Amino acid sequence: MEEFAGGPASPPPAREGGPVRADPPVAEAENITKRYGETTALDGARITIRPGEAHALVGRNGAGKSTLVSILTGLQAPDEGEVRFAGSPAPRLSDRDAWRERVACVYQKSTIIPELTVAENLYLNRHDRNRLGLVGWKSLWRKAADLLEAWSVDVDVRRPAGELGVEQRQFVEIARALSFGARFIILDEPTAQLDGAAISRLFDRMRAMREQGVTFLFISHHLQEIYEICDTVTVFRDARHILTAPVADLPQGELVAAMTGEAAGLREHAVRPAVPEQAPVVLDVRGLSDGDVYQDVDLRVRAGEIVGLAGLGGSGKTELAEAIAGLRAPRDGTLEVAGSRPRPGSVPESLAAGVGFVPRDRHDQGLVPLMSIADNTTLTVPERLGQAGFVSGRRKDALAREMITNLAIKTPGPELPVSGLSGGNQQKVVMARALASDPRLLVLITPTAGVDVRSKEFLLGKVEEIAENGTGVVIASDELDDLRLCNRVLVMFHGRVVAELAAGWHDHEMVAAMEGVDLDA
Amino acid sequence: MPDSTTAPATTGHPPSPPAPEEAGRRRPAIPLARLRDFALVPAIIVIAIVGQIVNPIFLQSDNLINILQTMSEISLLVLAQTLVLVAGRMDLSLESTFGLAPGVAAWLTVAAGTGPGLGLLPGAWGIPVTLAVGVLIGAVNALFIVRFGLNGFIVTLGMLIVLRGLLTGISGGQTFFNLPESMTYFGSAMWLGVPASIWICLLLFAAGIVVMGFTRFGRSLYAIGGNVDAAKAAGIRTDRVLWIVLISASLLAAIGGLLLTGRLASVAAAQGDGAIFTVFAAAVIGGVSLNGGKGTVFGAFTGILLLYMIQNVLTLAGVPAQWIQALNGAIILTALVISRLTGGKSQD
Repeated sequence: MEEFAGGPASPPPAREGGPVRADPPVAEAENITKRYGETTALDGARITIRPGEAHALVGRNGAGKSTLVSILTGLQAPDEGEVRFAGSPAPRLSDRDAWRERVACVYQKSTIIPELTVAENLYLNRHDRNRLGLVGWKSLWRKAADLLEAWSVDVDVRRPAGELGVEQRQFVEIARALSFGARFIILDEPTAQLDGAAISRLFDRMRAMREQGVTFLFISHHLQEIYEICDTVTVFRDARHILTAPVADLPQGELVAAMTGEAAGLREHAVRPAVPEQAPVVLDVRGLSDGDVYQDVDLRVRAGEIVGLAGLGGSGKTELAEAIAGLRAPRDGTLEVAGSRPRPGSVPESLAAGVGFVPRDRHDQGLVPLMSIADNTTLTVPERLGQAGFVSGRRKDALAREMITNLAIKTPGPELPVSGLSGGNQQKVVMARALASDPRLLVLITPTAGVDVRSKEFLLGKVEEIAENGTGVVIASDELDDLRLCNRVLVMFHGRVVAELAAGWHDHEMVAAMEGVDLDA
Repeated sequence: MPDSTTAPATTGHPPSPPAPEEAGRRRPAIPLARLRDFALVPAIIVIAIVGQIVNPIFLQSDNLINILQTMSEISLLVLAQTLVLVAGRMDLSLESTFGLAPGVAAWLTVAAGTGPGLGLLPGAWGIPVTLAVGVLIGAVNALFIVRFGLNGFIVTLGMLIVLRGLLTGISGGQTFFNLPESMTYFGSAMWLGVPASIWICLLLFAAGIVVMGFTRFGRSLYAIGGNVDAAKAAGIRTDRVLWIVLISASLLAAIGGLLLTGRLASVAAAQGDGAIFTVFAAAVIGGVSLNGGKGTVFGAFTGILLLYMIQNVLTLAGVPAQWIQALNGAIILTALVISRLTGGKSQD
């Protein structure tokens, strides 16, 4: 049999016992600082990954995890600090092959080409060639099958990669990474799109690979997974390294505390007055389900009440909120807005029923960037702009001016394209549009994502003001500040409502509930 | 890195292969992906049977050669477009290149006085000039699309108009006659009793099948069309590959134009005008995706073959010439519907 480069390297003999060894660390980053303009993504951060261990990297959004990953995989150079692999300095950024031999990352976003076969994806641009210089498919397939067999991935290499499920695709990507010779694999939230059974299969696979000498850096939002699979955990918060400790020595409560920090828990917030029992119900959701995305959700919101939907990515909170707003149709269950039942999945009918909606991502769904503020704010209420389908520019501008004042949008006038506004002011335009139709029910998804502190306070204050005027509000978010003003918060985990917290909860409780951790355990 | 992790193995067997031997490899007799290439073969057989019923001339070798010869020139455009489409781009200007490349050659070689020709070059230059014009047009397309990052659809639409205008300009709207013998040879010669243009067409398609299916270059087109970021990550020099594919496509169009020029012994100002619609239709019917990354050269060949067989059957059935165009359009739409039904997936 011919010898081939890039085939599965022989793993070191399986070793007994724990991760602690005298070998130099597989990868080491020291004193890393990385800035993007004004924001500091990493501030003197460090991490040390020892051979054979499964090392967890945790932190809330914006803690600097993804920046560290891109520095560890050689996609970016740090402004300060040094990265070392096995004791020697990292290769130059342009030397992709050298990086690929040292470290590989399986990103959440797949780098598989769906139309090509699994085998070809594994050996893209390094196909075997026969004597004529043509691609030798037979030997390519054999080599790919051998590679997958070596790492016990049971996938037919001649299938188009697009037919694979998320789980198999991840295994293929891991196998491809290993075929370059890397024995240090970064898994960036590998479990986000997997169900429970697939997650336990992934963990079995990871354990088997560790016995063959593979080292993992494991990034996950789900803390119980870290307790299951990792030996060491490093916590980042606000661009800094907070702690590194053996998982076994770190109770869950302390881990959560390290992630949230002490300061956040101290902030006081006036508890909102309770909503009277006789207030009319503006949203009545019964048994709402959409396959695995969210299941059997019951939710009642009264006029003047603010209800939070908390949960991490993949918990189903966004999809549930979108279903309430009419953006997607649930498969089962009923949804009643202020006494009427809009057709499921119909945005116009939901609007007519009195739903105002601030979508998840203002760039994607919220705004038409090149249209003016006036056009954007009045997008939902064409009937108020003139008769018989004609739009009166004067009426539109008047309406827009009213909203600009109401929401304190900083702009020279309503005719400015929204692309010229800052993030906070853009978000205010989205909010203005949601309010333009005087909604009975306001649905907001991560309403303060990517806005500055002042705008954030203003937007949240506005939400409270709207609620006081008798509108029911639903906020789907994983930002604690968004959830703090809610009368109560439903916490979702893997598509189910797992907890309901009344106002006045502690940050630790909320984070633990979102991460699916039982603090008393 | 520790030594233990860099040493490549010779056989790829891990210390303890957990999977038993027979479970590791499964070899389906014919993978589904391969069947897709032959999706149109049943339709071609059906048309052949219908043609034979309509008129017994249909399956005679003279008629079959006639079909192959009339489609040989435009089929090279289909081949060219297939390469470009698989790489995730489009080239509308091919139909104008099809006319302009031999047109420029005729302009420079046809003796002055007998028409719009200048007679600047001896007749032997006809073929080199044709091919050079093809390469040049491809390079201009690539310059705009790859180098400057302009939208390929609009660039080649602009080129389609410009190139057509150039041909009209140099010919004064007239037709070039009295072409040098070198330019008419390949389009009119017979090799082993079969027109040379059929041989050339089949050879180029065979070469296309080999290049697209069995070379790293061809596979990199699929990778680029399927997911350009992943292709870059795999070390493919995507810009260079796109340059090559755009130039090759224009070169193929020039060769196609040369063959038609030879068959008709002339270059009309409108040579190739409107052909691009048939080209796209044939490619899509043949299973090539307009979004890139999907389709085979063989499939594209069956696409154009099916279209020309149907046309031939209609002619044999005595359909009046005035109605042929309307029927052509209807055929394309019907063929799309059929291939949608047999392919099962939406044509994106």
